[in-house]
Amino acid sequence: MAATAQTVAQVRDLGKYKHGWETEIEMETAPKGLNEDIVRFISARKDEPDWMLDWRLKAYRHWLTMTEPTWAMVDYPAIDFEDIYYYAAPKNAEGPKSLDEVDPELLRTYEKLGIPLKEQEVLAGVQGAPRVAVDAVFDSVSVATTFKKELESHGVIFCSISEALQNHPDLVRKYLGTVVPYTDNFYATLNSAVFSDGSFVYIPPGVHCPMELSTYFRINAKDTGQFERTLIIADEGSYVSYLEGCTAPMRDENQLHAAVVELVTLKDAEIKYSTVQNWYPGDETGKGGIYNFVTKRGACRGDDSKIRWTQVETGSAITWKYPSCILQGDNSVGEFYSVAIANNAQQADTGTKMIHLGRNTRSRIISKGISAGRARNTYRGLVRMGPKALNGRNFTQCDSLLIGDRCGAHTVPYIESRNRSATVEHEATTSRIGEDQLFYCRQRGIGEEDAVALIVNGFCKEVLQELPMEFAVEAQKLVGISLEGSVG
Amino acid sequence: MLEVVNLHAAVDGRGILNGLDLAVGPGEVHAVMGPNGSGKSTLSYVLSGRDGYEVTEGSVRFRGADLLALEPEERAAAGLFLAFQYPVEIPGVTNMTFLKHAVNGLRVQRGEEELDAMQFLKLVRQKAKALSMSDDMLKRAVNVGFSGGEKKRNEILQMAVLEPDFAVLDETDSGLDIDALKIVADGVNALRGPGRSMLVITHYQRLLDYIVPDRVHVLAGGRIAQSGGKELALRLESEGYAAFADKAAA
Repeated sequence: MAATAQTVAQVRDLGKYKHGWETEIEMETAPKGLNEDIVRFISARKDEPDWMLDWRLKAYRHWLTMTEPTWAMVDYPAIDFEDIYYYAAPKNAEGPKSLDEVDPELLRTYEKLGIPLKEQEVLAGVQGAPRVAVDAVFDSVSVATTFKKELESHGVIFCSISEALQNHPDLVRKYLGTVVPYTDNFYATLNSAVFSDGSFVYIPPGVHCPMELSTYFRINAKDTGQFERTLIIADEGSYVSYLEGCTAPMRDENQLHAAVVELVTLKDAEIKYSTVQNWYPGDETGKGGIYNFVTKRGACRGDDSKIRWTQVETGSAITWKYPSCILQGDNSVGEFYSVAIANNAQQADTGTKMIHLGRNTRSRIISKGISAGRARNTYRGLVRMGPKALNGRNFTQCDSLLIGDRCGAHTVPYIESRNRSATVEHEATTSRIGEDQLFYCRQRGIGEEDAVALIVNGFCKEVLQELPMEFAVEAQKLVGISLEGSVG
Repeated sequence: MLEVVNLHAAVDGRGILNGLDLAVGPGEVHAVMGPNGSGKSTLSYVLSGRDGYEVTEGSVRFRGADLLALEPEERAAAGLFLAFQYPVEIPGVTNMTFLKHAVNGLRVQRGEEELDAMQFLKLVRQKAKALSMSDDMLKRAVNVGFSGGEKKRNEILQMAVLEPDFAVLDETDSGLDIDALKIVADGVNALRGPGRSMLVITHYQRLLDYIVPDRVHVLAGGRIAQSGGKELALRLESEGYAAFADKAAA
């Protein structure tokens, strides 16, 4: 109750989207539009090695030959790629800095978001929470990374990708683009050309990362696209849990977010990647909001390795993302746990791909889609069993919950099996939030909005319990907030 | 405490209650008996404010205030509790979580401080123990996979935790074997007191052997056909409802 009552109070205080405010800070931007000069500008601004610029230019030239994908079940007016700033950074924020040097206005911004950039603090509102190292990305650049020294003592590298290009160029070069090549798809290719920052993580062999790592993305500037690139490598026998959070101010214009995340696990390694995505969803009529067109993919390269994606997608006007696993190593495991909530005019087309290549590879997909208002929510997933994936196993469960009678839920599963020994299971349900459940709650004294949040949280429980504790609390609140006004 | 005057109610435009009068004083336990389709469950839903149960005429006053003007959760905060004939399942929400939302939902509405986790745990454990309910049952999702008896006992647990001033028990005996019936009745009797009134809706006299009412009403054709003391229940058992149904129609 405490969390939900607090949520209700927050909503009353701050309106429906509580992160909708803007930070006033002096920005440096590249001119609007995209051409080779902009790509060169971004690369030069970051003082990148030549191979990086070449890679970006190859991506840009390839992008020019591509067209936007139209197969997703989402509608939006054509994006004018010439009307976007591809680079926006707070002035003087370039380059690695100590926390003391970070602009106090930025520190206040993250404080307001409940993200601690001082190492003695923990995530807001959670007592006894474990420490979390944070990389804060503000528009196009990383402004601060905490707990770096302590992590370094364990051999863990956690920094912005710009910094990694300076200090660990060989590692970046070895892995960048090996999971999501620059030719992959329209948005990933665009990202490869213009990505400005993001996080880089390397966990050395045998190291169990001593704390949760997280990146907090904030889009602030107007008409800006955010193109971050995250690369996480878990070397043999290592483990890391990584969290990602996102918010943006409320604006009437749509803003583009086209990120790429690449994960690599070597033998016996494990990565848990959790996302709570709360980009501005637009207003009730569908005006404004973030276009969240994201490519996330992990490769289980080594035997007995494991990647788990957990996502709670509540924000964005449009979500188009399919965090996937390529199960190359024998006995490797891929998991995908997803809650996608779409309210008002939001559209979500999300799911996963599990590509089984190695022997005895296993995958598990649990997807919970909640639609309210006039929203459209599509689960789209692919399970592929390759010819060498002996005894591959997949289990998929897709549940949809509808609130009201104007929303839609769709499930589009693709299954391709080229191996007789493989087992693929798919279960799907669609249900409506029950009038009897709502009445039962209300008769016990639980208000209608609170009752919806409670019932939906119950529906999502299997997924929410996969989140690290401090994110689970946040996610439960978000579920309530994002369904505000969906009943009655 | 509760005063129902000339209550008419319809479901999907069809009249179910046709001029029902009923007055229950503080601390009194009244039984409402009647055949299938006489409007027993409609009465419980009208009192608790369920959507789709439309009051077309008459009034219901609860402690002098207009009960019908309130939302369901506001009626709960005013002290009204309904033990459901068919308790509802809420997958993924534990009994504990549900009860905590309910307790604090009521407290917030009443302008009281919310209970913290420790206070709440103590309260629920104590009430559950009195009903010989295991901790395990508190950790299970609300009514999911519960047997008929467990569901009814769960309703009584909720009543014990929420401490309503007025409880409507809608066919709480249905689907119970005799042992479960005794446990449920003991639970209800333990909650009887000078400040708490109850309306026990039932089909059979059997329950009233265990929960002895102050008054018995026979509901037929959507109104009270006859009222009397507890002996009326016994007469009904031997004579059947038919005579009363005729009377109501007349």
